[in-house]
Amino acid sequence: MMNRIFGALIVVSIVCAIMTGRLEDVSNAILSGATEAIQLVFSLFGMMCFWTGMMKIADKGGATTLLAKFLSPAIGYLFPDYKKSGRAIKTICMNLVANFLGLGNAATPIGITAMKEMQREKQLKGVADNSMVMFVVFNTASVQLIPTSMAVLRKAHGSVSPFDVMPAVWISSIAALAVGITVAKILEKRKKSLG
Amino acid sequence: MDSIGSLVLPSVVFLIIIFGFTKKVRLFDTFIEGAKDGIKSTLLIIPPLVGLIVSINMIKSSGALDMFTSALAPLANMMGIPDKTIPLVLLRPISGSGSMAIINNLFSQFGPDSFVGKVASTMMGSTETTFYAIAVYYGSINIKNTRHTVPAALCADLTGFLISVLSVKLLFFG
Repeated sequence: MMNRIFGALIVVSIVCAIMTGRLEDVSNAILSGATEAIQLVFSLFGMMCFWTGMMKIADKGGATTLLAKFLSPAIGYLFPDYKKSGRAIKTICMNLVANFLGLGNAATPIGITAMKEMQREKQLKGVADNSMVMFVVFNTASVQLIPTSMAVLRKAHGSVSPFDVMPAVWISSIAALAVGITVAKILEKRKKSLG
Repeated sequence: MDSIGSLVLPSVVFLIIIFGFTKKVRLFDTFIEGAKDGIKSTLLIIPPLVGLIVSINMIKSSGALDMFTSALAPLANMMGIPDKTIPLVLLRPISGSGSMAIINNLFSQFGPDSFVGKVASTMMGSTETTFYAIAVYYGSINIKNTRHTVPAALCADLTGFLISVLSVKLLFFG
């Protein structure tokens, strides 16, 4: 899927650029895009190390075990492929909480750690399993208690009540997540042979 | 409102450290051990990110977005999505900074409290940069076959956009 999307993005952009006479812009975009990617990775580097370090402490100290117990019923349904007391599940729980609290900077490194733990537990090579897909779908939906960054931007533009969209955001993101989970559950049955 | 966000991060870090302390974890040694894993993970996400960001930059600069916007306008109108938010709908799943730029434009043009402003805020807040997450998460462990991830995630995004329009209509302009 990602192969086709990558190919399509590039082909469409070059064809469009020829039609709109923007080839020069596209050529600049290629150069700046590569640099931008590295800048982004560097901006993530510190947080990545910080949170993988923190996660190790949380893991050894038992904070993640407690959290996993607390979330256990939902987790069992969503990620049935992994041992309930395993490190993969504990890390998944930490990631979900970080997302919910709006700690985007923490959620990504913890999420990557969770992917690694899942891979380690099941010895996966190259192909995602159902739980892994579910986990990534969770991370592409954005269920957040307080959409802080949005509110900050709204306020900066002179909104009288920057937080008033909160209920709308909750409704929309919960609906989106529900559909994401449902579609994932339906498609996983169809493509069971792959998993 | 900044204070809420700046309260959460220290609290989480505090809790983790307190837990570790009471269980007599060797805090700094353990931290270093874990942080080392972060180096490898970061390096592994470079290739997928370079590929994704270059191709997205190409799309943004090619004028394709305008073409798709006008092509999709009738369909979007049918579903009740305002014209002005179509570029946001198209760009949101692939580029966080790109959609932020569009939001900025919409806010200065229509104001954050207008219908378009509120719909855009809700769309932005209720969805994520889907392809970034997919590239980073799978790239970090070299998973090439993502199976049904993309269709499921995109269905979620589309739902988020549609419900954003509906809920803003009902809650504020109903």
